[in-house]
Amino acid sequence: MQELINNIVAAGTFGKMPETLVAAIVIIVLSAVVFLGIAFPFAGIVSWVERRVWARIQSRVGPNRVGPNGFLQWLADGVKHVCKEDVIPTDSDHQLFKIAPYLVVLAFVLPWAVMPFSSSLILADMNVGILYMTSVTAITVVGVLMAGWASNDKWSLIGGIRSAAQIVSYEIPAGLSIFPVVLMTGTLSMQGIIRAQGWAPQHWFLFANPFTFVAANILYVSALAEGNRTPFDLPEAESELVAGFATEYSGMRYLFFFMAEWGNLFIIGAIITTLFLGGWQFPQVSNNAVVMNILQLITFNVKVLFLVFVSMWIRGTLPRVRIDQLMSLCWKYFVPISFVNMIGTAIWVAIWPEGNSVAGYIMFALGIVLAVIFIQRVMYYLRRSRMELYFRPTI
Amino acid sequence: MSTLRTEEMTLNMGPQHPSTHGVLRFIVRADGEVMREAIPDVGYLHRSIEKIAEKVGYHGFMPYTDRVDYVCAMFTNQGWGMASEKLANIQVPKRGEYCRAIATEFNRLASHLLSVGTMGMDIGAMTPFTHAIREREMINDLIEELCGARLTFNYMRIGGVAWDLPPGWREKALAYLDHFEPILDEYNALISYNKIYIERLANVGIISADEAVNYNLVGPNLRGSGIKWDIRKDLPYSVYSEFDFDVPVGKGEWGKLGDAMDRYMVRIRELKESVKILRQALKQIPAGPVLAKVPRNFKPPAGECQIRVESARGDMGWYAVSDGTGYPWRVHVRTGSFAAMGIIQKLSQGLMIADLVTLIASLDVIAPEIDR
Amino acid sequence: MEAARIYQRIKDRFGEHVLEISDHQPDPFIVIDPASIEEVGSFMRSDPELALDCLSNESGVDYKDRIEVVYHLFSYSKRHGAVLKVKLPRENPTVATLENIWKSANWMEREIFDLLGVIFEGHSDLRRILMPEDWPGFPLRKDFVEPTEYHGISTVRESPIIRLDPKKK
Repeated sequence: MQELINNIVAAGTFGKMPETLVAAIVIIVLSAVVFLGIAFPFAGIVSWVERRVWARIQSRVGPNRVGPNGFLQWLADGVKHVCKEDVIPTDSDHQLFKIAPYLVVLAFVLPWAVMPFSSSLILADMNVGILYMTSVTAITVVGVLMAGWASNDKWSLIGGIRSAAQIVSYEIPAGLSIFPVVLMTGTLSMQGIIRAQGWAPQHWFLFANPFTFVAANILYVSALAEGNRTPFDLPEAESELVAGFATEYSGMRYLFFFMAEWGNLFIIGAIITTLFLGGWQFPQVSNNAVVMNILQLITFNVKVLFLVFVSMWIRGTLPRVRIDQLMSLCWKYFVPISFVNMIGTAIWVAIWPEGNSVAGYIMFALGIVLAVIFIQRVMYYLRRSRMELYFRPTI
Repeated sequence: MSTLRTEEMTLNMGPQHPSTHGVLRFIVRADGEVMREAIPDVGYLHRSIEKIAEKVGYHGFMPYTDRVDYVCAMFTNQGWGMASEKLANIQVPKRGEYCRAIATEFNRLASHLLSVGTMGMDIGAMTPFTHAIREREMINDLIEELCGARLTFNYMRIGGVAWDLPPGWREKALAYLDHFEPILDEYNALISYNKIYIERLANVGIISADEAVNYNLVGPNLRGSGIKWDIRKDLPYSVYSEFDFDVPVGKGEWGKLGDAMDRYMVRIRELKESVKILRQALKQIPAGPVLAKVPRNFKPPAGECQIRVESARGDMGWYAVSDGTGYPWRVHVRTGSFAAMGIIQKLSQGLMIADLVTLIASLDVIAPEIDR
Repeated sequence: MEAARIYQRIKDRFGEHVLEISDHQPDPFIVIDPASIEEVGSFMRSDPELALDCLSNESGVDYKDRIEVVYHLFSYSKRHGAVLKVKLPRENPTVATLENIWKSANWMEREIFDLLGVIFEGHSDLRRILMPEDWPGFPLRKDFVEPTEYHGISTVRESPIIRLDPKKK
């Protein structure tokens, strides 16, 4: 980043402007490109993908009219929402009501600053990257609570309070599940954590030892809960709370909430990928830095998108839990298990400071066995079901 | 903590609420997530069908009965038909009775599919709903071929049914049943035995057997509490005595006897039994006329009667009073949902807000049937 | 047990309160004194021979000169049913509630109150159930005339068929 700014200053594009101002302009432009060019379209495209995947799970077709296979549906929806009237209830707290969606969007765009797309494609490789990530995503709760309170609607209020309780609770197992990886690598930097892993699955932290495997699963479930995803979508439980905290919102503000939700899927996937799935790691097949970066970018995105797909799959399959079950799952199971993970990893690291490669292979083999069993069960039901199956994604 | 001032929150759930199955309204007094009480407020769908009956005559009232419960309109058709026939002592031809049984059992499949589908949706799983609706649409296609309508059938007449089975319909119906039975297993694998689903339904809204009788719960709600009682089996009407089928009851396999899961499973098992009945009916159906000779100017002798039909939502009682003219003096329908609504206020005490939705869905309450 | 035997048993117990036993087909019924409805009701429920544990239907009928409240009772254990009637005057019809004997009476009595104006004494929650709280009159009475508007909302509408007819302007 600094080199880029230095180059621009040396080239004299901006004449005699002070260096700090040039730096500021460059950073703002780059951020805008990342957010507007990557984050927002991604959220939109995910909404389309989700609707298509979900439709297929539900034996429907889904949106397929706007653009090829309905690909431009997200754009049409976006335009529609922008053009819609922005209704603000008379008795609501107008200022807070207006600010709330922006806070939620803020919590969704800020993590992109430390998103490690490849070895060099990262906006800011902070030395506290993962800590920054978890802290800024937690801003969501402020926005959601604000939306729930300011709407002056009892359903919204319940939704907001539920959301606050849920996000704050699940922050704890999520944070504790990041701990084992930090213990093993000794760094909080996103790039540092990825560099500590290898491209091969047995070198991923997912298979480093039994504790990290459990931690990865807990982190994924907790992240789903923080992102208000099924089966933990209680704050916007449409069959109980109408639309939860978003009940009174309309138009663009309403869209902001859901854009943040879909965009958060990518962030959830990115956190898991970075910590446990080897991030962008790809075998050194070329000495050309550009080629390597593109391959790494693809690797990272494939891993993340797989996790995004899994969360859609879960949403299409599972019912919603109740608030007391949600809380008991967090405090009675996830938090104690996370502590065990943390202590277990600490002991593991004390015994094998450089890691245990044999354990990696064994864990990876066990992982394959689990996957095979799972696929067999899926195939069993696919064979049993007499429905005509359409695997062709373009209908 | 004792000085902390707490207030009850009064929530207005409905009439426009996604999970109140039509236009129900509940006034919920809640303490946080826990309900103190949910007071049902009905009447938003009151169309004074009983009053209409007094104005339109016996034949003319038949299409209105569809609207009593538009989710299973065949049963309301049949109820009114049977009440009129009993008043005038008319014998329905055998084939007519079989047509009625086939139509109603298909309608029961459709109604139960909607019920179990919305159950899933109210719990937060959208997928089972669309799968159930897909099957229901196919049944609606069959029924449409039979009587020309998909929702308000108006298929039956006093003295039988309007039309015979169309040519080739029997084979289509049998082919559909072959397709449907494995789908039911698939549906169970998809949602019924899901861990979260069972956790959400088990031990919610427990109704003991005594309570169920005392509150006059009927149909699957009564059977969910462990009482083996089915009008089709115990007080056979129509041709049900000629079929061999089981009456599934709640067993409390997942929680206490009479909880939401029991009621849900009774419905799922009833789907299987209905398929059994349909197979037998489609096989045994005799030849002959489908409609008895009933005068156009239908004037039953003065008198009164009550008949009971086992509809999808249970024992539906039709009380009809005739004064010897062409217009019924009084018609009263006692429906399953009306009785079920009466118990919600009691059951809701101490449940969570999310459980209220489960409770309504598990009692299979349909708004038009309550208000009539 | 046959309906006739059930009624005979009630007559043996409450001789003078039983006003009429009709063997009218298809449903024979028994008419009793409104003042004794609670006693008879609790007897019918608790008597081991009758054990009519379910109030399956309760409805009201306006006969222009009187209002009848009809109770259809049923026993799940004995599998028999009975029809119980009380005849009430049209002016100020009042009868004791059976809510304490059969819980299902609660809502059904509310409905009869709402549509026919029968007052059930001792009922825990006698409010209108289907009609709005401020609705005038009782719709299922034979002499009920529907008001032409309710809070400024018209309850009648012109038939669209007349408007489409070109001859009539």
